[in-house]
Amino acid sequence: MIDPRWQQALGAAALFAVDPSGLGGVVVRAAPGPVRDAWLEALTELLEPGTPIRRIPPQVPDSRLLGGLDLTATLHAGRPVAERGLLAEADGGVVLVPMAERMGTGTAGRLAAVLDAGEVRVEREGIASCWPARIAVIALDEGLETEDRPPIVLMDRLALWIDLEGISPRHLDPGPWDAGVVAQARAAQATFETQVSDGDTSDAIEALCRVAEAIGVDSPRPVIAALRAARAAAALEGRSELAEDDVALAARLILGPRATRIPPSAESPESSELSEPPESSEPPESLASAESSGDASPPPSDQGQPNPTEVKRSDPDPSDPDQVPDSMDDGKPLAEVVLEAVRSALPPGLLAQATDSRQTRSRASAQQRSGRVGAVRTDPRRGRPDGTVRGDPRRGPRLDLVATLRAAVPWQRLRRREGSRTRIEVRTDDFRVVRRVQRATTTTIFVVDASGSSALNRLAEAKGAVELFLAECYVRRDRVALVAFHGQNAELVLPPTRSLVRARRSLAGLPGGGGTPLASGLDVGGAVADTVRRQGDSPLLVVLTDGRANIGRDRQPGRPRAEADALLAAQHWRAEGYAALLVDTSPRSHPAAQALALAMGARFLPLPYADSSVLSSAVKATVSGTLGAERPRHAHAQVRV
Amino acid sequence: MSLVFPFSAIVGQDEMKRALLLCAVDPRIGGVLVLGDRGTGKSTAVRALAALLPPMNAVVGCPYGCDPKSSNPCEQCRSRRTASNTLPKSAKIPVPVVDLPLGATEDRVVGSLDLERALTKGEKAFEPGLLGRANRGFLYIDEVNLLEDHLVDVLLDVAASGENVVEREGISVRHPARFVLIGSGNPEEGELRPQLLDRFGLSVEVRTPTELKSRVDVVRRRDAFERDPAGFVEQWRKTDAKVRRQIDAGRNQLESVQVPESALEQGARLCMALGTDGLRGELTLLRTARALAAFEGASQVEDSHLQRIAVSALRHRLRRNPLDESGSDIRVERAMSEVFA
Repeated sequence: MIDPRWQQALGAAALFAVDPSGLGGVVVRAAPGPVRDAWLEALTELLEPGTPIRRIPPQVPDSRLLGGLDLTATLHAGRPVAERGLLAEADGGVVLVPMAERMGTGTAGRLAAVLDAGEVRVEREGIASCWPARIAVIALDEGLETEDRPPIVLMDRLALWIDLEGISPRHLDPGPWDAGVVAQARAAQATFETQVSDGDTSDAIEALCRVAEAIGVDSPRPVIAALRAARAAAALEGRSELAEDDVALAARLILGPRATRIPPSAESPESSELSEPPESSEPPESLASAESSGDASPPPSDQGQPNPTEVKRSDPDPSDPDQVPDSMDDGKPLAEVVLEAVRSALPPGLLAQATDSRQTRSRASAQQRSGRVGAVRTDPRRGRPDGTVRGDPRRGPRLDLVATLRAAVPWQRLRRREGSRTRIEVRTDDFRVVRRVQRATTTTIFVVDASGSSALNRLAEAKGAVELFLAECYVRRDRVALVAFHGQNAELVLPPTRSLVRARRSLAGLPGGGGTPLASGLDVGGAVADTVRRQGDSPLLVVLTDGRANIGRDRQPGRPRAEADALLAAQHWRAEGYAALLVDTSPRSHPAAQALALAMGARFLPLPYADSSVLSSAVKATVSGTLGAERPRHAHAQVRV
Repeated sequence: MSLVFPFSAIVGQDEMKRALLLCAVDPRIGGVLVLGDRGTGKSTAVRALAALLPPMNAVVGCPYGCDPKSSNPCEQCRSRRTASNTLPKSAKIPVPVVDLPLGATEDRVVGSLDLERALTKGEKAFEPGLLGRANRGFLYIDEVNLLEDHLVDVLLDVAASGENVVEREGISVRHPARFVLIGSGNPEEGELRPQLLDRFGLSVEVRTPTELKSRVDVVRRRDAFERDPAGFVEQWRKTDAKVRRQIDAGRNQLESVQVPESALEQGARLCMALGTDGLRGELTLLRTARALAAFEGASQVEDSHLQRIAVSALRHRLRRNPLDESGSDIRVERAMSEVFA
């Protein structure tokens, strides 16, 4: 039995082998195992014999990755000798990155710069050099969760994304391509580039752009790569002109996996609406960038929402301002043929979730940001080592002895001339210390009572209070999540995000009314806190309620039962040791809320006394973890541990 | 040097291109921060600008490329000048556009002892770093958000003071380091520290073009360039040369552009309406408007100049207001429509 997915993966390998540096590389999504090994082996066979292949670990130090001073050779020669790094060594070849989903954005940024420039520029340790490094990257993505993916800065530059998950190791038949065919195609490709007719390219470019637009691929890089892949495909088939099939194949392999919305269907015009509604309620990925730079205008992808009929029209509308002459191959525009190919390549499940995938992706990128950059705090003594820097060990960080000696050694001759008598003289300038980074993000989880009693009382004020918190969280670059409870249920309205705008929006749209299922609210909040903690962040729970539960865990009304359940849930928080703040939203402070705060070990703050300044200082105090240190004067705060 | 993509061939992205050109006209504007989507040609634009800039006059053999007429030259040029009492020999050199690669170590950025001379001759000699090389030119940091904090601090400090001071191995060097700092990045890949934002004079946001025609053009031009770089560059040579002449003319005219009282007032009102902190916003606003006027050959700053650059000059200086959901661009536009009503 021939597995079509395996054949497609082999096809990707063949295309890549024809034009490695032109296509940038391949992201291989698969757990380590026989299938991945077989694919890598097949790829190695197709590459030019003797192609250098270098493995780089995800946390590779700069000295190894980029190069620097070769100390041994330097001392031996008595003059500075530079040492090439892995990337320069891989010039003309392939860099293999295992566990790419764990790669830091810093390393990814360095790789991206080298991929773009085709050379390694080094300004390190007294060495200024530039080495050629025309490389391609095979990123082995072993992430388990859908959100665990290699840094986007790298993925954008690697044209081919393949997924080997679920392919049975029993059906690994060889593909139709062998090393000879690929070698011929490689030779053909080189001349092909200059010979290809402009008209030919023009049609292909337009078709690819239209498809990219239809399925929501914003970055132009994949489109350019798809064009190159189409040429490689033509070369593989021994053609010297781009055929429909080549463009379709390239689009399917390169644009298909990047789809963020359902392409409008040619058969049923109604289905084109599918791509609209869920997106407008949920900001798509590109908004994340706009938000963090303080812009909430709609993202380009939305404005660029293609007129759904545009792609399937065989007759271009003469009034269309974007009109580009349509290619008319057998009466069917190329764009349509290609789009169909892409659509058929999307697995049905993915098609159905295409609108979801945006959310997943935006969440993934939010997480990436919090987990990998910006959020990391450098503490001199804690966390994972992250290279060495010049520094003063007396201020706390640990001395890196080897690095310090390395730094001191080249200057010894100079220092001896100045009258140094010791064997090796180390000066302050030489001190190198270990830099450590740790994830120290806080995720603030708001658990908001939106029940009838609260809504009546002060839901609006509670929202105002949350907004004060949000401002504080923004300054501190914390993530926020929002849990709301009313009626019979509690729900996670907003999963942890750093987007202030999204948080505000979910808060504003929070409906009120109904019973008070306090216990459920606390349970959901606790579950989110648990997840956050597992991700390595520290959760901070902020509960806004009047504490008057009347819906139990069993969703049945009844005050005594409901209050007992709520207390149990609160005690669970305390047992878990979550940092918490309870803001009492009732008009007169009620013992129920205080008892609840006591049970959960939370800081207690009655809203009646909390004008904005008190509230914000309480927020600051709680958020910075100094519980009780800046206790607001007016509030009869109950601080419990 | 391999051929770079021509500046004029970049599709759209007018705000980014304008900001870069205005900094070339008046380096005192204080640099540009380019933020935006992937693959929008941020790096391409900066590298293209390098190829576009008119050459500058520099002292022959000066490591910092001092202007022979500079009132504030490096120590070497100063002592040479006092010794001979004549203007030193000079030559036209290309304006430096120095790339700060990720992973650069501090010694190479600020400068350090010349390792080669220390090893071979046992001599102490200062070897300028990237900051020295960038003097009178541009310093470009791609992925500025990924740069290590301590390096960013050094850079901002030097960029603001225009001077680099190095103390190493008992030698003390200070040299001019006046450069235009250009940073680019994608906030999705790591957020920028807020303190960093308003240290840049201008901030522009780039987006992937949305109309099909622009997208097709982007791909088509990129493809043409990759297939035949020399031919493509030749095709755009004339257009690029025109822009170069315009920069030159703008520079020459810059000092003579009048800034009328009314423009000063409008600038102040705009900043007040937006509640920007300090004078930096106002200064940048006026400098940029003046550079635009000079670039376009106008004799004085008009409202239209202010209006066109206000968003770039101010959007990153607004206090974040959690109660106002609208983005900073919209807030600036709103304030403008009030002030220029």
